[in-house]
Amino acid sequence: MTETLPPNTGFVAAAYLVFVALLLIYVTIMSIRASRLERELDQLLRDEDEEVVVEAVAEETVAEETVAGEAGR
Amino acid sequence: MPTSKRLYGNRLAILAPLATVVVLASLALAFFQAPIEADQGFSQKIIYIHVPLAITTLIGFIYGGICAIQYLRSGDPRDDLRSYTAIHQSLIFCIGALLTGMIWAKASWGQWWVWDEPTLVSFLIVFLLYCTYQPLRFSIEDPERQSRYAAVFAVVAGAFVPLNFIAVRLADPLIHPRVLGTAEGGLTNGMKPAFYLGILGALLLFFTLCRYEMANKHTRAQLRALRRRFGQDAPARAGRSSAPEVPAR
Repeated sequence: MTETLPPNTGFVAAAYLVFVALLLIYVTIMSIRASRLERELDQLLRDEDEEVVVEAVAEETVAEETVAGEAGR
Repeated sequence: MPTSKRLYGNRLAILAPLATVVVLASLALAFFQAPIEADQGFSQKIIYIHVPLAITTLIGFIYGGICAIQYLRSGDPRDDLRSYTAIHQSLIFCIGALLTGMIWAKASWGQWWVWDEPTLVSFLIVFLLYCTYQPLRFSIEDPERQSRYAAVFAVVAGAFVPLNFIAVRLADPLIHPRVLGTAEGGLTNGMKPAFYLGILGALLLFFTLCRYEMANKHTRAQLRALRRRFGQDAPARAGRSSAPEVPAR
């Protein structure tokens, strides 16, 4: 198979591989950053959910106390 | 309309597939349609990647300078971001042009680098000049001063690029061919479609990656703003950085 390839094929392949490698490195770095953003966003959403649950529990407790107070009177 | 829409629009969704198609088409033309050059043989195929990368690099540096002028006139941080990403991308393309050029030099001339050749050395000077851009930004802590100083640098260096190009064209070439606009450039009619499509593909790829990076930075700024709104400790800027401060809105 090597006999059918034109001379200097290795250099041409190396040049194009450099281009592809640079592109891949760049895209990989950007993907890592994007996944970090995704993680942070997930965390933010979880924090927000927890905050909503805590607020709901607090409101429920206040309501229960009010009802108990009224019944005691 | 949100800033992200104004700044990036839906262009990224159009640019990315378009760049992919044009780059692949230019590579297909280069390998299956363009004839093999009589003098250099198969190694001349490197021209279809090396020259588009080099031309896009120079255009990117000039574009960075133009965005910097806009920033100095308007003070809009988005122009600073455009200038920063253009120069950042151009540096990556510049590394690609230098490496592919070195490989081509080894294949054609038997040497990785020729120090007497003005084209090679001037391109290296431009690369080294722009290598100082990021350290310059990083050395200034105040974001506003950083943006202003970086913009002045981008304008001056951006003006140097075409001057440098003209000076090299006027100088006597040693061995590096002058491809564009010369009779001895060596491009036959069969090579021209692949060559010009290669330049278009590289330019489209450049602007796609610029927008991708800007979108990423903008999303990060929006996330920080959101965290601040929820009362979490998230400064507008993550410590000292060479990257510009991006407005969340």
